[in-house]
Amino acid sequence: MTSRKTVLVLGGSSDIGRAAARAFAKAGYNVGLAGRDAAALEPDAADLRARYNIEASTLKFDVLDTASFDGFVAGLPSLPDVVISIVGLLGVQQDAESDLAHATTIMRSNYEGPSLILGLFAEKFLTRGNGTVVGVSSVAGDRGRASNYVYGSAKAGFSAFLSGLRARCSRGGVHVVTVKPGFVRTRMTEGMKLIGPLTVDAPVVGDAILGAVERKTDVVYVSGIWRLVMLIIKTLPEAIFKKLKF
Amino acid sequence: MTLVSGWGRFPVVDSEVLRPRSFEAVGEAVVAGSVARGNGRAYGDAAIGAARTIGMTGFDRISSFDPATGRIRLEAGVLLADLIDTFGPRGFLPFVVPGTRFVTVGGAIAADVHGKNHHGEGGFGRYVDSILLRTGQGETIEVSRDRNSDAFFATVGGMGLTGVILEATMRLRPVETGWIRERVVSASDLDAAMRALDAGDSATYSVAWIDCVARGRDLGRSLIYLGEHARIDELAEGADRFPVGRNPGLAVPIDLPSMTLNRYSIRAFNELYYRMGARRAGSDHVVSLYPYFFPLDSIADWNRIYGRRGFLQHQCVIPEQRARGVIGEILERVSKRGDASFLAVLKKLGHGDGLMSFPLPGYTLALDFPVKGDILNFLDEIDSLVVAAGGRLYLAKDARQSRATFEAGYGALSRFNAIRKSLDPACNIRSKLSQRLFDEV
Ligand SMILES: Cc1cc2nc3c(=O)[nH]c(=O)nc-3n(C[C@H](O)[C@H](O)[C@H](O)COP(=O)(O)OP(=O)(O)OC[C@H]3O[C@@H](n4cnc5c(N)ncnc54)[C@H](O)[C@@H]3O)c2cc1C
Repeated sequence: MTSRKTVLVLGGSSDIGRAAARAFAKAGYNVGLAGRDAAALEPDAADLRARYNIEASTLKFDVLDTASFDGFVAGLPSLPDVVISIVGLLGVQQDAESDLAHATTIMRSNYEGPSLILGLFAEKFLTRGNGTVVGVSSVAGDRGRASNYVYGSAKAGFSAFLSGLRARCSRGGVHVVTVKPGFVRTRMTEGMKLIGPLTVDAPVVGDAILGAVERKTDVVYVSGIWRLVMLIIKTLPEAIFKKLKF
Repeated sequence: MTLVSGWGRFPVVDSEVLRPRSFEAVGEAVVAGSVARGNGRAYGDAAIGAARTIGMTGFDRISSFDPATGRIRLEAGVLLADLIDTFGPRGFLPFVVPGTRFVTVGGAIAADVHGKNHHGEGGFGRYVDSILLRTGQGETIEVSRDRNSDAFFATVGGMGLTGVILEATMRLRPVETGWIRERVVSASDLDAAMRALDAGDSATYSVAWIDCVARGRDLGRSLIYLGEHARIDELAEGADRFPVGRNPGLAVPIDLPSMTLNRYSIRAFNELYYRMGARRAGSDHVVSLYPYFFPLDSIADWNRIYGRRGFLQHQCVIPEQRARGVIGEILERVSKRGDASFLAVLKKLGHGDGLMSFPLPGYTLALDFPVKGDILNFLDEIDSLVVAAGGRLYLAKDARQSRATFEAGYGALSRFNAIRKSLDPACNIRSKLSQRLFDEV
């Protein structure tokens, strides 16, 4: 039997994380699920084993604890073939406007931590000569909006980091994917008003991530219509954009 | 509060909807007047909490699977569709599936759903070994045939009223392929249809589709679908061992005006359907399990065909000895009205497994009616025929039967209520259905 490929999912307890893990496990990958509470991930690991007859393990990983990153990577039993960061924190924009600690947590959770850890993996992959890095960013990073620019700006930073990393890695056999889901029905968006035709379920995102890795896509807007929506939003002149309420 | 309804979209009522993320949170969600909800495929008010509805579809994890025995432990919110897609290719299917695969394991246990194999193989609950139950009193208990067996047999078919099913252990059926060897038999009237179903007793799967607008000599004309799991050597050259299940492609985007379904359109549809089926009759052919078991699943949101006001399903079971006369009488009255749906289904049932399970040895007839005019009175008249014959109505489909009809049909009711009381003395678990039919007023 040929040895299986492995995928490491950072932020494995999120709905998109679970969906991505299932998509890769179904395709035959062994899976590592990493999150703040490794024990809480065990039922998800068991689910993957029972469903797909693959190996699944759990790991402790905290995206805010950047000092632990070197040790985290060094302590892995083996370097994965694919690493996916789904870590993120929507936070509350209104609170972030006056509460610097909250704003900082949003920025660090969506930009600093994910960028640093994926950068670290990319280095190892370059040394090895292959590997795929996937960052789940957001359409919110395509243009800052009054309603969520703290989150959006951190995602913008993350998207820029990924595109730079991609350019640098492309000559070294390492592929970098940026995923921009639009609205996804998850715990994070529960109770929010989502626009039906623009909204997808988490498994759709999971399959899209697998597809992008297999087809070596650079940037995926999970639902195609978002590429168009964001193109329009990005090209609106600032004078008009600032008057719009959204 | 949120407006909630079942698959029939009648009635529409207020209930607070929660989606807990952990079993502890489920426990906290159970307050006075709550009930669990699976995927909302019950037609009427069974899956709507009197005050609060607890959505369970987020619990979709499988804890273990043993490919040697087919035994599986899983959370209650796993959809049968998911089980089929995941384990079908590995050679296992659920023993019992209803007419849609978009139901949860919890919902299938709570309604003890029957499939086309009930006459020979029993209902969903027969293949469930144990259940992790969160009672209304706040305990989490494991119930099985030999541990807390009263609670087990009350939970199978108990419509969620014994507590919230968190997890279950059950057995899956080993199969060689995901295909069904089907034989269609055409029957020119009701007698022939019932004879064909009787003759199909030895078939694993059997069901009859009845043209319920046909009248006079044609009354009860039907197509009977018999089925067996196909072996590998019965597949066409080059066919995949397991067919692909497509997600519903076509969706009904809006509520159609109720005009769309009228006696003319239904008559025309039924004529065509019957003739096409009759042409295929006789020889065996191999079909994918998806269209065989779930013909309606290919059209998403088909319940909108009936328009904004929704529709009612009437599903009764009539004990064997009285079935011919009573079903003939019901069909007679329905065909006179002419507005029943094109989906009239007749099938044979065997013994039920749970205390409150719907099936009993006899024939079950399921009919759909758009909500309009004097339909409620009409169905009350039908109910009196059912009661007189010692039959009963299926709670997973019901939205309107009277207490008297219900109490006449379900002989184990007082025993069930006693068990319910012992698990939940304060009667916290309550649905709109239980308020309508069970609870003391
Ligand atoms: C097109 C179609 C065809 C159908 N064909 C058949 C058929 O052939 N045979 C048949 O038997 N039925 C059939 N049904 C009915 C369906 O199988 C049942 O209503 C089933 O219970 C629906 O499951 P659900 O997960 O959607 O549950 P819901 O509709 O959400 O709930 C149904 C009942 O189960 C309870 N329940 C749900 N989850 C839990 C839980 N975790 N713990 C405790 N209680 C729970 C609810 O309280 C409620 O009483 C059909 C329905 C449709 C729409």
